[in-house]
Amino acid sequence: MEIKLIQILFVSTALFFIGVFGFLTRRNTITMLMAVELILNSVNINFVAFNKYLYAGSLDGVFFTLFLIAITAAEAAVAIAIIINIYRSHKSIDIEDADELKW
Amino acid sequence: MSIKAFIFFILAGFILLTGLLSVTEKRIFRAAIYLLFCMMGIAGLYFWMDFDFIAAVQVVVYVGGIVVLIIFSIFLTHQIGTDLEEPTRRRVNFATLAALFGFAFCFVTIREANLAGIGNNITELSVRDIGRQMLSLNEHGYILPFEVVSLLLLAAMIGCIVIAIKTPMPESGANQNLKT
Repeated sequence: MEIKLIQILFVSTALFFIGVFGFLTRRNTITMLMAVELILNSVNINFVAFNKYLYAGSLDGVFFTLFLIAITAAEAAVAIAIIINIYRSHKSIDIEDADELKW
Repeated sequence: MSIKAFIFFILAGFILLTGLLSVTEKRIFRAAIYLLFCMMGIAGLYFWMDFDFIAAVQVVVYVGGIVVLIIFSIFLTHQIGTDLEEPTRRRVNFATLAALFGFAFCFVTIREANLAGIGNNITELSVRDIGRQMLSLNEHGYILPFEVVSLLLLAAMIGCIVIAIKTPMPESGANQNLKT
């Protein structure tokens, strides 16, 4: 049995919606950040799978994956800096406690 | 079933199981460890697809960088041994519904698209080719995004320091008293 593209896309779609589920249920900012990481990883799997199965011979999916990994690292670092700052001023990182901007 | 397909199914099951555990686990430290295993499984999937360089980058950046950063911030912001609070029943129901419907919608769309991939192996993807094309100035070169990403990383580094630096704020004490 040969593995087709659709099976890899099944895995990445399922991982994306696992991340969406976690993002909607969690109220702790660090665990929400972890759910976002899962979502971004599923996108990376998609790029690599499309490069392998549909455009074999070109390298564009590889480059998109590499740049996405770099951007994800920057995003995680900034998010954690913000979380630590929220913890310092609110003594909590629950998303419901930081509601000053909520109208 | 060939051994390659078997390995794929094991990797897929491992990724989905650890991903699901990492978003449902009540103890936050274990959730971070499950996320680490999920990233390792995704790196294994890249190895399975013969993209060794991407797999190595995945291990170095995600497993060695981001998950360790998350664990550090857990240590900075949590009392060890306290569980996360349980999400309310209503929120879990609606999130499950949203995830299931979204998954069904996306997967039906993907099936309808009928992507008939050929799936032949790439001709020896080497790091030399990646480096040459990334830094080439020709039509398919990626030198401009490379430079932009380096600027972005610099900006993110400075931004992190500016955000997380400790500034003496006289009004923050009053704010805390008001909170407690």
